[in-house]
This record gives sequence, C-alpha cells and structure tokens, in this order.
Amino acid sequence: MSLVPKFMRPAPPRPAEREAPKPSALDNAKAQGAEAGIGVVGWLDERTGASPFLRGFLYRKVPKGTNWFYTLGSATMFAFVSQAVTGVFLAMYYEPDPTRAYTSAAHITNDLFLGELVRGMHRWGSTVMIVLLFLHMGRTFVFGAYKYPRELNWVIGVVLLVLTLMMGLTGYLLPFDQRSFWATVVGVNINASGPIMGPYLADFMRGGAEFGATTLSRFYALHMLLVPGLIAALIGAHLYLVAKLGTSAPPWLKAEKKSLQREEV
Amino acid sequence: MADLPDKHKRKSRYTTDRNIPGAFEGETVTRRGFMTGGALAAGGIATAAFGLPALGFALGPMFERSAPESWQDVGGVEDFNAETYVPVVMSIVPSIGEAGKTTVYMRKFAPGCDAERNKDIPYIAISTRCAHLGCPVRYIQASQRFVCPCHGGVYDFEGKVDGGPPVRPLDRFYTRVRKGRVEVGNRFSVNSELERFPHPRDPSNHLDGLWEYLYPGRPST
Repeated sequence: MSLVPKFMRPAPPRPAEREAPKPSALDNAKAQGAEAGIGVVGWLDERTGASPFLRGFLYRKVPKGTNWFYTLGSATMFAFVSQAVTGVFLAMYYEPDPTRAYTSAAHITNDLFLGELVRGMHRWGSTVMIVLLFLHMGRTFVFGAYKYPRELNWVIGVVLLVLTLMMGLTGYLLPFDQRSFWATVVGVNINASGPIMGPYLADFMRGGAEFGATTLSRFYALHMLLVPGLIAALIGAHLYLVAKLGTSAPPWLKAEKKSLQREEV
Repeated sequence: MADLPDKHKRKSRYTTDRNIPGAFEGETVTRRGFMTGGALAAGGIATAAFGLPALGFALGPMFERSAPESWQDVGGVEDFNAETYVPVVMSIVPSIGEAGKTTVYMRKFAPGCDAERNKDIPYIAISTRCAHLGCPVRYIQASQRFVCPCHGGVYDFEGKVDGGPPVRPLDRFYTRVRKGRVEVGNRFSVNSELERFPHPRDPSNHLDGLWEYLYPGRPST
C-alpha cells in the first residue's frame, strides 16, 4: 500500500468515531484503481521477468567522456525506424507492376493527402540513414571502439552497412521512372561484371536474362521483406552486444590512477 | 584414490563400459545422444522441406531460358539500305509496356565493308544496349558513330569499340527476310573480331581471348 500515492489512498477513519466507518464506494474505487495501476506493470513483470533485463539495458553505466558522437548509432536506428514506418504506409498505395508502378508513385505524390510528405520522408530519409550510418562507422573507427572485445559488433555493423546499401539499390528502382530504370540497369550490370559468378548474380537479380516484370516484383520483395527483416534482426544483435559489452571511453580520456586504485580495493 | 574417475581419461565409446542403465552390448549411441540427433535431424528435414523449394523457386529463372525464339516484323526490304542506319522499335520483354521495348538500328549487309563471316545474316541489326553497363546508345549520323550517354562509350559504324569504357562491340540481332518483310530474331553477342556468340552475354562481360571462359554463356540466354 505504501507505493500508492497519498491522494489515492482511502481516507483514514476520523479520530472521533469509535468504529471506523465502512469504506465508501468512492474509497473502494480508489483502492481498486490504484491496485490496477501498479498491477499492470507488476503483472507483466512477474510473468516476463523484464525489469532486471530492462534495468541492465536502460540504466547501464557509460564511461566518462561519453559525448554527442555516441548518439550516431541511435540516430541511424531512428532513421531505420522512420524508413520502416513510412515504407509500410507507402506499400499501401504502391503497385509493383511495370505498367502501373510509375502511375501509382505519381498518384502518391500528387493526389494523396500527405502523400508527398510521406514519400519525401522515405526518399530523403534513405539518404539520411546512409549518411548517419557512415558517420556512426567513422566514429567507431576513429574512437577505436571496434577493438577487443567489440570486433564482432564491428562485423555485424559492416553487414548492416551492406544490407542498407542493398535497400538503397532495391528501393531506387521502385518509382520506375527513366532515371530509376536506367540506374538499376547500370547497377545490375555492374554486378554482372564479376567473372564467372557475376552474370549469374545479375540473372538472379533480374529474374532472367532481361529486365522484366519479375525484376520489379523481385526488387520490391527484397526491399520490403527480406532485407528489412535481416536489418531488424541484426540491429537486435548489435544492440545486445552494445548492452552486454558496454561502450568504450573516448580515446583522449586517460585512465585516472586514483580511480583505478579505488576499484582495486 | 584409484576408483575416483580420472577426468583426463577418455570415456569408453561403449555404453556398457560407462555403466549406463539398460545399455546393450556393443551399443555406442546413448539415448540422450540419439534423441538430440533425432530432434536435430527432424528439424533439419522440416526446414529443408520448405527451404529448398523456396530457394529453388527464387533461383529458378537463372536456369531457365528467358528469351524464347521469336521473329518480329520490323519493315519491308525497301525500308533499309547499306549506307545508313534506320531505327526501329521492337519488343524485347512482352507485356510490360514501354519498359519492354527497345530501339534497334537496322541496315543492309554491305559486302566488302562488313566482315565476310557474317554474310549469312542479310540485315545488320545493332542493339542499343551499351556493352559497358547497358545504357541506351544512339547513332549519330554526322560522325557515323554510336554514342552512349552514360559513361561516354563510342562505337564505329560496325558497332566496334572506338573509345570509352565498353569492353566489346555492340550486340546484334539475327535477321531474316520472309515474303519481302525483314524480321528480327534473337540477340547475339560478338567479340572484337565480330565472331558470334549465340548465348548473348551481359554488358560489361569481355569476350576476347580467355575472357570468354570467365564470362560463360548462361542457361537463361
């Protein structure tokens, strides 16, 4: 009961009265409501055991010298989340058919309420995500945060970089205008320039020897299902390792001898 | 001390030697090991049962011929001459509208000028797909050259590389004459000697010398 704020507790019995008055309906309701408020969190926590995990994840210690550069990873993830949300809603209007893709994209931009804004956020957000990703990678490199024991997290980050670039390549085709069509033709043919495996990879991307209807639906499926799923899963692994290993101090911060001594005691 | 188990000694592979209850003579697989292996095998088979067909479904187009033989009428024999190219539009991929069409530059075979080895093809049909990375080239009459807008590839009157990054001459199409009409068939690639490669290669694939084997003809072409 002590957890319940004062104003929500049932009124105490008046001192003059010998017998405590029966709790009024209002008091009963207050008590139930208070218990429910505590109860939902407690009920979930009792069944999931989430609070020790969340405490460790959200209230973990960070080294001295942590600064704004350490937010670039979260910023990249926020860009991904905004791409995912705007992408889901764009998928409600977009039609991945070679004869209708351009018209539906133009319809989104020109006719639909807020369509230009949502498509614009997705289109410019893709660039933002790649810029943030490279800044985050540069921060990790310059701060030496890729070193032991965080090498695996660097590797996961590099895979995330490749997957994000794949999102860029597959998404570029979808408006299906002249620019996106020919840019993708060039992109696929760059893949074809690798000896032996290259032409087969290009065949896989096109769904055949020629750029056709399969190519667009294939790029669409990769863009909205396969690659984002992999990215989301790998972001989970990336974050798990960040929480598990902690972040590294900036390289200009020297270990203070006093604090080291204190830790040893 | 002697009957304490020695951690460094290898366990016997026979279950009877390890005093496992109900062990059979000569048995090496424990029940726990058998159940673990069985569960893994069942999971593997179940995953392969949907995973392999799905993978094959996605990779299928790599092993299927995607351009069946077709001949398209592009005009009468009187529409084309041996001196200059005439652009015609033909359909490469059916039923996807404008995106499936391409421009082809046509002229009559010129004896003495064109390579003798290709004289069985009555009309020269040059594909506009640049051999560098696949952008559409256009024919410039004044300079008698094909020029690519993307990265500056230049080809001469025969479609051979004259400058820029392309790695081989422009692709061509088979042609034939039926009842006074010129028909255009399938695409083929040529190397710098204008030798034919009936399985057309992707742009960016070299075809001279040993390169031919590093960029093999694929089942899809």
